[in-house]
Parts: sequence; structure tokens; C-alpha cells
Amino acid sequence: MTKYWWKITAILCIVYAIIGGFFMPAPDDIGILAKTIRNLHFHVPMWFSMIILLSVSYVYSIRFLSKGNFKYDSLSSSFVKVSLLFGLMGLLTGSFWARFTWGTWWIEDAKLNGAAIGMLIYLAYYILRNSIEEDVQRAKITSVYNLFAFPIYIVLIIIYPRMAETSLHPASGDTIGFSSLDLDNNLRKVFYIASIGWILLGVWIGTLKFRITEITRKNEEL
Amino acid sequence: MGHEAMAQTNLDEFFYQEGKFYVVVAVLVIIFCILAAYLFRLDKKISKIEKEKNEA
Repeated sequence: MTKYWWKITAILCIVYAIIGGFFMPAPDDIGILAKTIRNLHFHVPMWFSMIILLSVSYVYSIRFLSKGNFKYDSLSSSFVKVSLLFGLMGLLTGSFWARFTWGTWWIEDAKLNGAAIGMLIYLAYYILRNSIEEDVQRAKITSVYNLFAFPIYIVLIIIYPRMAETSLHPASGDTIGFSSLDLDNNLRKVFYIASIGWILLGVWIGTLKFRITEITRKNEEL
Repeated sequence: MGHEAMAQTNLDEFFYQEGKFYVVVAVLVIIFCILAAYLFRLDKKISKIEKEKNEA
């Protein structure tokens, strides 16, 4: 039971986010957004989850490089792979949201392009990892790659969009974030819990992937 | 300008109903489908490990 409490928390938080996202009051009258403002509880936490997974992966890349324990490398690579899953969900939900608010699936915008390039950086990690046959080299090269990739990713996804002059995406360039729209704190009541839920779900899937990777690695060692 | 006035295709017409509420539903469906597809991948990986274990 003690091992499962945070997984149960994840499920409860997401259930609350879905029910709350659909039925709790929200500012449904903001221009082209209308009720899609409720996507905040689903689209944004995907990116939070991706960033948290990549942070964990980054820490374990450093630990692998300093300690040389392959368990850390498995953890690091598993979390990167699961983070790509969340990035994909973030891109697709964002694209869909854009289609019915901005009227197009994709648009030249600092936030969107930054996120897309950020994804490509980690897709390259995935390809690099699969292309090296030798175990020790694969672990070392991809860990070093990760050391450089993560700071660039953060710059592309958070800092670069903020510095842009104009943007359509909320909280980047000249646009305001949801906090300025949420005058009654109705969104916050759901959003914070939703974020915790999706992040925990991401970590959960990450640990599942890690366990599978570890079993495979140990089987190969024998 | 009302949202309905901007609707140009059938797709727009559908998703602009009810204050674009179905967009939120669709977003959740997208998330669920990708998670489900990932479950299939994990399932396949576990089957592979089981198979290798039985052969050994």
C-alpha cells in the first residue's frame, strides 16, 4: 500500500481534473477561446509532465556520468522516451486546440516552433540511442548529449517564446497568461490538481518503462 | 461576430457548437488514444521479455 499511494493520488487527481474540467465553473466567455479554456487542464500539464520527466532524466544522466552505474542510465533514457510521449500529446492537443480557436493546425509562432524544435532535439536523442550498438558507449554518449540538450530545450520552450515580440500563444511574447484571465480563481482550483495528477502519471509510466529496460538489460548481461 | 458565423466547414460547424465544448472532449480523446497506443507498446515489450525467459 505504501508503494501505491502516489499512483492512487495520480488517478484521483486526473479524475478530479476531468470532472472539474468539464463541470466546474470557468471563464467561458473569453473571445475565441469560449469553453476551450478548459483545455488548460489537459494541454498545459502535458508540457509540465514532459519538463519534469526531462529534469529527472537530466539528474540521472549526471549521476550516471559521475558514478558509472548503468541503472542510472536506464532511468535516464526511459524518462526521456516517456517524456516524448507527453510531448507528442502536448503537440497534438495544442494543434487541435489551435485549429478551432486560431483556425489553423499550425502557425509560425515562437512558442510553437520552440516546442517543435525542442521535441526534435529529444527525437534525435532517441535516434542516437538506437543507433549505437555498444552498451557502454551508448550510455556515455547519450548522457553527454542529454547534458547539453536539456538546457537548450528549456531555453527553446520557455525563454525563447517569452522573448519573442509577438505571439498568439498565451504567456509568450506579447500575450497574457491564464492567471490574468482567471479572476475568480475558478481555473486554479482544477489546474493545480490537474498538473500534479498528470505529472505523477508521467513519472509512473516512466518507472514502468524503466523497469522493463532494466529487466532487458540484466537479461542481456547474463 | 458569433462563432457560428466563422464556421466554414462541417468540421467547424460541429466543433463550434455549445461554445466549442467538444474541442475539450476531443483533446481528452487524443490524450487517451496516445496513452492506449503506448500501453500496446509496453505490452509487446513485456511479451518479448516473457518469450525470451521461456526460451532460456
